[in-house]
Amino acid sequence: MKILVAVKRVVDYAVKVRVRPDRTGVETASVKMSMNPFCEIAVEEALRLREAGAAAEVVAATVGPAQSADTLRTALAMGADRAVHVLHDPDPQRPLLPLAVAKILRAVALQEKAGLVILGKQAIDDDCNQTGQMLAGLLNWPQGTFASKVILDKEKATVEREVDGGIETICLDLPAVITTDLRLNQPRYATLPNIMKAKSKVIKKVTPEDLNVDIRSDMEVLEVTEPPKRKAGVILSSVDELLDKLKNEARVL
Amino acid sequence: MQRVLRVAAAAAARLAGAPRWGPAAAATVRWLSGGRESMSYDVVIVGAGPAGLAAAIRLKQLCRAADTDLSVCVLEKGSEVGAHVLSGNVFEPRALDELIPKWRQEDTPIRVPVSSDKFWLLTKNKAWTLPSPFDNKGNYVISLSQLVRWMATKAEELGVEVYPGFAASEILYDENQIVTGVATNDVGIAKDGSKRETFQPGRMTLLAEGCRGSLSEKIIRNHKLRESGQGQHQTYALGIKEVWEIKEEKHKPGSVVHTVGWPLDLNTYGGSFIYHLDNRQLSIGLVVALNYRNPFMSPYDEFQKFKQHPAVRKILEGGTVLQYGARTLNEGGFQSIPNPVFPGGAIIGCSAGFLNVPKIKGTHTAMKSGMLAAEASFKTLVEGSSMELYWENLKKSWIWEELYKARNYRPAFEYGFIPGMALSAVERYIFKGKAPFTLKHGRPDHEATDMASLHSPIQYPKPDGQISFDVPTSLYRSSTNHEHDQPPHLRLRDPTVPERVNLPLYAGPESRYCPARVYEYVSDEKGDQKLHINAQNCLHCKACDIKDPKQNIEWTVPEGGGGPGYTVM
Repeated sequence: MKILVAVKRVVDYAVKVRVRPDRTGVETASVKMSMNPFCEIAVEEALRLREAGAAAEVVAATVGPAQSADTLRTALAMGADRAVHVLHDPDPQRPLLPLAVAKILRAVALQEKAGLVILGKQAIDDDCNQTGQMLAGLLNWPQGTFASKVILDKEKATVEREVDGGIETICLDLPAVITTDLRLNQPRYATLPNIMKAKSKVIKKVTPEDLNVDIRSDMEVLEVTEPPKRKAGVILSSVDELLDKLKNEARVL
Repeated sequence: MQRVLRVAAAAAARLAGAPRWGPAAAATVRWLSGGRESMSYDVVIVGAGPAGLAAAIRLKQLCRAADTDLSVCVLEKGSEVGAHVLSGNVFEPRALDELIPKWRQEDTPIRVPVSSDKFWLLTKNKAWTLPSPFDNKGNYVISLSQLVRWMATKAEELGVEVYPGFAASEILYDENQIVTGVATNDVGIAKDGSKRETFQPGRMTLLAEGCRGSLSEKIIRNHKLRESGQGQHQTYALGIKEVWEIKEEKHKPGSVVHTVGWPLDLNTYGGSFIYHLDNRQLSIGLVVALNYRNPFMSPYDEFQKFKQHPAVRKILEGGTVLQYGARTLNEGGFQSIPNPVFPGGAIIGCSAGFLNVPKIKGTHTAMKSGMLAAEASFKTLVEGSSMELYWENLKKSWIWEELYKARNYRPAFEYGFIPGMALSAVERYIFKGKAPFTLKHGRPDHEATDMASLHSPIQYPKPDGQISFDVPTSLYRSSTNHEHDQPPHLRLRDPTVPERVNLPLYAGPESRYCPARVYEYVSDEKGDQKLHINAQNCLHCKACDIKDPKQNIEWTVPEGGGGPGYTVM
């Protein structure tokens, strides 16, 4: 059984993000980029499933510009067998939305004949939390999102999901889509020898056109600004003043 | 996994009769146990800075010219190339012109030529313009972190393997005490000390760790390289720097300003720099020599004070800080150059110390030293000559000539600020570097600290959050981070010394000179002050290794991938 893992190249979690001076988006030039932390957890889970014998091959895939190949190399260095790079140069005004990514991943999953697709629950740059769910919908496959435990056997996946009320355990028929949450596992570090070996692993390059996917975005970004600076508090002298301010300034009474 | 990849085994067997200072005749095979792996290369370079990358590039260029090949690997402890690189930087392209003459035709991050060169003497409220002692025509204002990233892509194009995120923590020796490579401390070391290591044997090991490199210092001590070199100890300074994005109307690309005087007193050598890059970015920093006497001085707070000077704050007002960082640099110059050759390899760049102090430039000499070492390594590995060639060629190169001419400026300040300025003027305008004498350095930096009883604590102004900032805010801007679950990389040789000596005699200077406030004295349950080391904040500047009065603090390398994350420094 083949597992497809989708990974995303995002601004590193430790970087202090700032808005570009021309307000078209967030500054990404000369900023450290790395694999989305939830995607790392997804790769780790796929590798553990393969090591347990539940899968034969782990294929990593990403959608992004040429530099996204580094993210794929990281996945290969962690232990993925092969990678697919869907080339797409980002346009800050018309960013690639989860629906388009889901359509692309659907095409890749069908092409690769994957039995299971694992993704991170959301990317830390846009926090959409949509791609996995949309992918399952497009493929018409069952989904187990916010997974904190995955048990795989020949035809079924038992997934424990972290939901607001506690932990929900569901059973999915394969093929299925799983998205990972934080507590699923602790991703392994890529060791130096593995990074060396990853250099010779194959990365297949395709374009959205090759996959017959139309990624035209219906959304256009007009402006990106920082949230307004928090104003200092005001110390009031009496209850009457408080009532007056609540009525006339804050207009909540 | 116990696997040994011997890339160069065949080539090693080719080498017959290695001379005394040449590499081991065969790549030493180590039987490994418990998860260690070994990958051997012809040349292992520790540090992907300007010296290390220049050496790597030069090696591959020589291979292509001679139609042969050597495997070259560069290990870098930062999470990516450039993450630990911090420098002013006004760049003199002399060495780069020799290394990659075509850099001007490519999209090299060297874009801003120096447009003006000013020198100010600061008093508390005024800035007096002095004639500029610098000549920066033909030089560029750059971010060295960016340049080094570009150099790494050039190196990889030539076939060099660059591995960021891997720290070389140990030198490997064979039975004859010849260096045969390094060991990296793989990530995943738990606080209890259990760890995994990868061995990195190399027929030639070049150490390019920058100023006060941890492995280089060990080698220099064990092989007595200072004694067999120019003889004097190394002296240092601590540079603290921020990159700002300032308002358009205040920005003048290529403008270079240096200042002396306030806020430093007449007994402290140092000064500041303000360099305008492009994109409204500005590099601003304060450099303080580490032979300062007052244990109550905090270079970080002096820097914050400096920014409040009327002439400086008007440039910064309305701007935002992008990054913060700190790093020590060499000030020993000509008199402190060690013999950089040891059996099995050599030391290049600031780990040896080729910074030209009056020019405040060390990048070009670091690169040139890397190139010379590469040329000598090539001859040693392919033609059987010896690394002594590196030392000889160094003495015949423009590095030597340049550092010789610059040798008296810094030592002149041992006599005080005014005599220092006077002697410097004499040296520059009259002797022009040909003085018949060579001044010596004073006491080593760690011995220069006075007892706390001779001074009183300094009250520094509170940070205003607009121009000056507190340490946690600044540290956040350095993106520094280390894995929590690892043993602290700052080791005390004698754990009782801080409470016995540093605190009572010197008032705990480490709690003040560290630009990351790693060292703190906190009261324990009994009310006694105890030293607390917040190793996670460390910026890898090495100031503690240099300035600790009893040389009790040893900076060792933490897990690779930690430390600051500089991108535009």
